[in-house]
Amino acid sequence: MALDIDKRETDSSWMVKAKGDVDLYTSPALRGVILKLLAKGDKALGVDLSEVLYMDSSGVATLVEGLKVANNAKTGFFLTAPSESVMKVLQLARLDAVFEIRNSV
Amino acid sequence: MANVNDYVIEVRDLVVKYGERTVLDGINFRVPRGQTFVILGGSGCGKSTLLRNIVGLMRPHSGRIFINGQDFTAMNDRGRIAVRKKMGVCFQGSALFNSMTVGDNVALPLREHTKLEESTIEIMTKIKLELVGLGGFEDFMPAELSGGMKKRAGLARAMAMDPEIICYDEPSAGLDPIVAAGLDALIRKMQHTFNLTSIVVTHEMSSVELIADTVCMLKDGRIVEMGDMGRLRASSHPFVQQFLDRRPDEEGEGGSEYLRSLTGGD
Ligand SMILES: Nc1ncnc2c1ncn2[C@@H]1O[C@H](COP(=O)(O)OP(=O)(O)O)[C@@H](O)[C@H]1O
Ligand SMILES: [Mg+2]
Repeated sequence: MALDIDKRETDSSWMVKAKGDVDLYTSPALRGVILKLLAKGDKALGVDLSEVLYMDSSGVATLVEGLKVANNAKTGFFLTAPSESVMKVLQLARLDAVFEIRNSV
Repeated sequence: MANVNDYVIEVRDLVVKYGERTVLDGINFRVPRGQTFVILGGSGCGKSTLLRNIVGLMRPHSGRIFINGQDFTAMNDRGRIAVRKKMGVCFQGSALFNSMTVGDNVALPLREHTKLEESTIEIMTKIKLELVGLGGFEDFMPAELSGGMKKRAGLARAMAMDPEIICYDEPSAGLDPIVAAGLDALIRKMQHTFNLTSIVVTHEMSSVELIADTVCMLKDGRIVEMGDMGRLRASSHPFVQQFLDRRPDEEGEGGSEYLRSLTGGD
């Protein structure tokens, strides 16, 4: 049920790494971090999903919201290395084509 | 074979009474994670009552129900509410609130039970409606939907909280066969995609063939046969054979059902 969120800065982007489960109870924290970094408006934002084991639709909705805010601000927004189960959830919501998905961090 | 912890639902020696009358008597079964368990039987045999006990809307006279290995029947109200958040229920009819839009119906459990932001809830609602083939219908009122669409909206609402378990009471009742088949396909898709453990109450044989991993046949509050469809077909129980052949009931159960529908009582 726990979710750890790390952030780090690279030359070109902010990277947010989520570790654990993104669910109804933990996704508000992820949302907070994503929206705060996007509000800086200086760099693209990547969300590293490689260590997310479970993501429910609140997690998907959080990513959609992040993408929307980034698009409005004309900032880049991408996902990296989603696990198979996360990919399945994105596909089902027909969002796998909506996001820029990178294979490695 | 699934290990013990992977039985999401286990019902042990369940007895349910309404007043003095026993309607379920000695029910035992368990459902592995990700499987669809179908409860089949004639009208009045106790199918809805069994479902109400599984989802914790009723407390049994005796026996136990375990959800994820925890004794649901022994929990206090707080524990039961926590467990129930993991379960979605599609009631007979669609049980949508007619005074609310379809979107508000779907969003309701999220608004009541989570601290998610409204913006997140709105996106989730759209995703759920998309999932059941009702993308773009969030601002419609239930009265503007067809019977099949209402059932789909009810399913979207049952899925609102991303449940582990979903229970359907007669999902295709009252629908024409094509719409009913579409709903069966949707039930199957939900199960596969989310590894949902599903309980489906029905008396439609055509549905059973399509969706069931295990079928449990109830008669007069007892299980008369249980297993996959092959086992049911091979059953020597006359009631099972009669049901599979869809022969009219010699005892005239259909007649009493008709009477009930005319008089509105039991
Ligand atoms: N709330 C109730 N109070 C008393 N008797 C009930 C109640 N609900 C159902 N029953 C009776 O219990 C039996 C089983 O009902 P039910 O579970 O609704 O059957 P099914 O869903 O298989 O048609 C029926 O005889 C019904 O009349
Ligand atoms: Mg019923």
